[in-house]
Amino acid sequence: MSKIIENDQASISRRILDAFRLDPLLMLFLFLLSGFGFLILFSASGSNIDLMLRQLTRLGVAVFLMVLVANISLRLLKKMSLVIYLVGVLLLIAVMGFGEVGKGAQRWLDFGFIRFQPSEFMKLAMPMMVASYLSEKVLPVGWKDLLISAALVGVPVLLIARQPDLGTALLVGSAGFFVLFLAGVRWKIFMVLGLLASLMAPLLWKFALHDYQRGRILTLLDPESDPLGSGYHIIQSKIAIGSGGVYGKGWLNGTQSQLDFLPERSTDFIFSVFGEEFGLFGSVLLVILYLLIIYRGLYISACSKDTYGRLLAGALSLTFFVYLFVNTGMVTGLLPVVGVPLPLVSYGGTSMVTLMVGFGMIMAIRSAKRFLA
Amino acid sequence: MAYREQLKDDYQETRLVQRRLIVAAVIVLVLMSIVLGRLYVLQVVEHDHFSTLSNSNRVRLKALPPTRGLIYDRNGIVLADNLPAYRLEIIREEVEELDKTLEGLKQLVEISDLDVKKFNLASKRRRPFESVPLLFNLSDDEVARLAVNLHQFQGVEINARLTRNYPLGKHAVHALGYVARIDERDLNSVDEANYAGTTHIGKLGLEKFYEGELHGEVGYQRVEVNASGRTLRVLDEKPPLPGNNLHLTIDSALQQLAEDLFADERGSVVAVDPNNGEILALVSMPSFDPNLFVKGISSAKYSELRDSSQQPLFNRALTGQYPPGSTTKPFFGLAGLEYNIMGPKQTVYCGGYYLLPNEERKYRDWKKQGHGKMDLDGAITQSCDVYFYDLSYSLGIDRMSVFMKQFGFGQRTGVDSTGERPGLMPSRGWKRGARGQPWYPGETLITGIGQGYMLVTPIQLASATGALALQGTRYKPHLVKTIEYPADSMELETVPEVSGVYNIKKLLNWQHVVKAMENVVHNIRGTAFRISKGLTYKIAGKTGTAQVFGIAQDEEYDEENVSKKLRDHALFVGFAPAEEPKIAMAVIVENGGHGSSTAAPIARKMMDAYLLRYNATHEPVPNE
Repeated sequence: MSKIIENDQASISRRILDAFRLDPLLMLFLFLLSGFGFLILFSASGSNIDLMLRQLTRLGVAVFLMVLVANISLRLLKKMSLVIYLVGVLLLIAVMGFGEVGKGAQRWLDFGFIRFQPSEFMKLAMPMMVASYLSEKVLPVGWKDLLISAALVGVPVLLIARQPDLGTALLVGSAGFFVLFLAGVRWKIFMVLGLLASLMAPLLWKFALHDYQRGRILTLLDPESDPLGSGYHIIQSKIAIGSGGVYGKGWLNGTQSQLDFLPERSTDFIFSVFGEEFGLFGSVLLVILYLLIIYRGLYISACSKDTYGRLLAGALSLTFFVYLFVNTGMVTGLLPVVGVPLPLVSYGGTSMVTLMVGFGMIMAIRSAKRFLA
Repeated sequence: MAYREQLKDDYQETRLVQRRLIVAAVIVLVLMSIVLGRLYVLQVVEHDHFSTLSNSNRVRLKALPPTRGLIYDRNGIVLADNLPAYRLEIIREEVEELDKTLEGLKQLVEISDLDVKKFNLASKRRRPFESVPLLFNLSDDEVARLAVNLHQFQGVEINARLTRNYPLGKHAVHALGYVARIDERDLNSVDEANYAGTTHIGKLGLEKFYEGELHGEVGYQRVEVNASGRTLRVLDEKPPLPGNNLHLTIDSALQQLAEDLFADERGSVVAVDPNNGEILALVSMPSFDPNLFVKGISSAKYSELRDSSQQPLFNRALTGQYPPGSTTKPFFGLAGLEYNIMGPKQTVYCGGYYLLPNEERKYRDWKKQGHGKMDLDGAITQSCDVYFYDLSYSLGIDRMSVFMKQFGFGQRTGVDSTGERPGLMPSRGWKRGARGQPWYPGETLITGIGQGYMLVTPIQLASATGALALQGTRYKPHLVKTIEYPADSMELETVPEVSGVYNIKKLLNWQHVVKAMENVVHNIRGTAFRISKGLTYKIAGKTGTAQVFGIAQDEEYDEENVSKKLRDHALFVGFAPAEEPKIAMAVIVENGGHGSSTAAPIARKMMDAYLLRYNATHEPVPNE
């Protein structure tokens, strides 16, 4: 008894977190990441206080929604999956008809009071749907379920890719894929799919990709071929990161970023600013922080006693990893330029809300585990 | 299968998902390790490379053009300086559509195709963020009109830059030359790095000859720029070294006097100090305003100057080649004495013409009725042609040619300017080589009176006259007296250079010739006697009249009826004071008629101006 009292006195914050059904470790990591995020956003935006306040407001909204979702019971979440998924698909179809055109792509729905990106919504709806479908089946999945799941994944992904929004299509697709992967689709099938994909690749190259998408891939292979056009981003990003060295040029001292050489530096290329100003040392630290978040998510998934929760938490964590990998791969010139932000650090509200709601689900899954235990 | 569907094995499923989660965790680790490896390569292995790229991104060199050296006359009067002038400049990087911008600007100010062409050429040498001048020397009116509308044109600016200015305009332009905008040809002859930022270069005359001294050394500013090329701060700076200043031998007042004396006439005067070769005046008339070329002359204005019958662009002093006429007579007279052809008192009878043996053609004297018995003194004083026909016949063209070349005829003097021509001293060998024809005896005769093939430039004639004055020592004429190096605060004086020395065989021979030249002015029979009135010093001179067009054997030259363009050129050479020469000069008035009436008076007035003032400043001030 005395031990419990001691504990309670030792961590009031722990009790508050428990009351809101929040995971303390995950909260700590997310808090640290947001701190890093604001630090570097301040530098990348050229000490723009207004922009910082806007981002802070978004974070507030995102955290609020996260807490809200964390308190939804897992059972309800599972029940809502199908409805959310269907609404998402309908919205995607709607976007094709009435969507706003921005930056050459049709991605937004304008409801007057709020502009809404259904594809973003799909990042959550997709793993929920597939997880809820497969959790009712015997695992590992058989051919029939596999094909149905593949259709569940394929339809929205194609709709998003057509907008065209390669980055989101990739994220939504991988969210669905991860559920299938965790649900134990046989390695043989992955091999067959992989083989098929590599056979399809030339056809996709020719018919499915837009010119600018092909250009981005070509640019990756040889950025110097177009140093002022599409290669400019990659070249300047590599210069920024490379010139940062081991310890970096120091906060607010990155010449590449402060003197405007680096494009998109508060959004997709914010990692380059980080690399320039904090060097390898800072970058490794940031990557470790991301890995801690991902592994915490995977751990929660592994501990879950419920198949739906297990699949959903795992898929969400791995999707979070895809953000990280695609973004860092892009800015270091390993992957083509795809519009994927650095999660929770890049300026912009939509992905931040989606991600935090995702973490809210993971926390709901963690609480559910405790309930069952 | 049916059985399996019925029975969900929770334990098996948990194990399955957990295995997959472990696989996923491993894949995550592997992929992130690749990213971290990549970061290591970029930030550690290739750090130096990217560091360099980063610096070359942000640090740029900005050229600071040096201030061009000034040009002064011998008394410190400024002949060329630099004035801030407004220029219209364009930074191409900031201009979205150059054609549209140019069209818009054309509504406000006059922009010729040539301006655009030169702008495009200059653009190639500058980086896109550097400003390139389009128009120079904007007038106040143009500046006002542009300034009001400048906000409409991104990347267009008006800047005040130091630009070459010739404050006295047309004055001494053929000595100075001028600068104009650099063109492609100029770039091949200079160190391009040193001319980064320089817009003008010496094109002619001293400005071209002393380009290396006048230009100076370019300076650099290392500046930090942002991605759009805008300068944020200066990191460090190496200031430009200004060009060196030239102090000329030209006496601006004397030069001005000559220019005034010519009024509307065409011609040239070169006055030198025979004791050191300093050029006191280098006049070629008419003249033109060199400032036009600095600003960028319009093609209409340029063709007007180029095609004018007065030929203002033609530098007569260095490139005008004229028949010397009778101004050669003192030289040939001296040759006669030196080769022992004709003694000083030996006479020739002049009956108004001369006949070669076995020839019917009459070689006329300018005086129809003849001069009678003429010795050397009389022949020079009265400019008797027959005496020199006879003398030349005995000398022969080859000896004449060899002798005259020792006074610099037929060769460039090597003056420190551009475009000088060599003139022509004919000989048998020359004619065979150049014309493929044999030399005819008659051609020897007319060479003896400075006609025929022989051609001289005014500077040659002045230099040769100086050699007569100094009894054989011929100094190389030069325009620059001292070069001032402001950076090292030191001056370098030009050391007079002897181009040639004629070693006389009999010292007395000089006196015979000089005495005769004095008589040209001071003897009542002298052809230039009219200028002797009121002289306080002695002038030794010789008039000359050069035929511009030939008259047929039986025709007579009638000055009244010959159009101005075909009238004879009037010449005068001379030096003064005769006993202790301080100035030697050659005057040519194109189509001026007789040397005595137009050329000689110019010489007299200039000598007065130079010598009397010279005495006034150099003699001790009398005690009060």
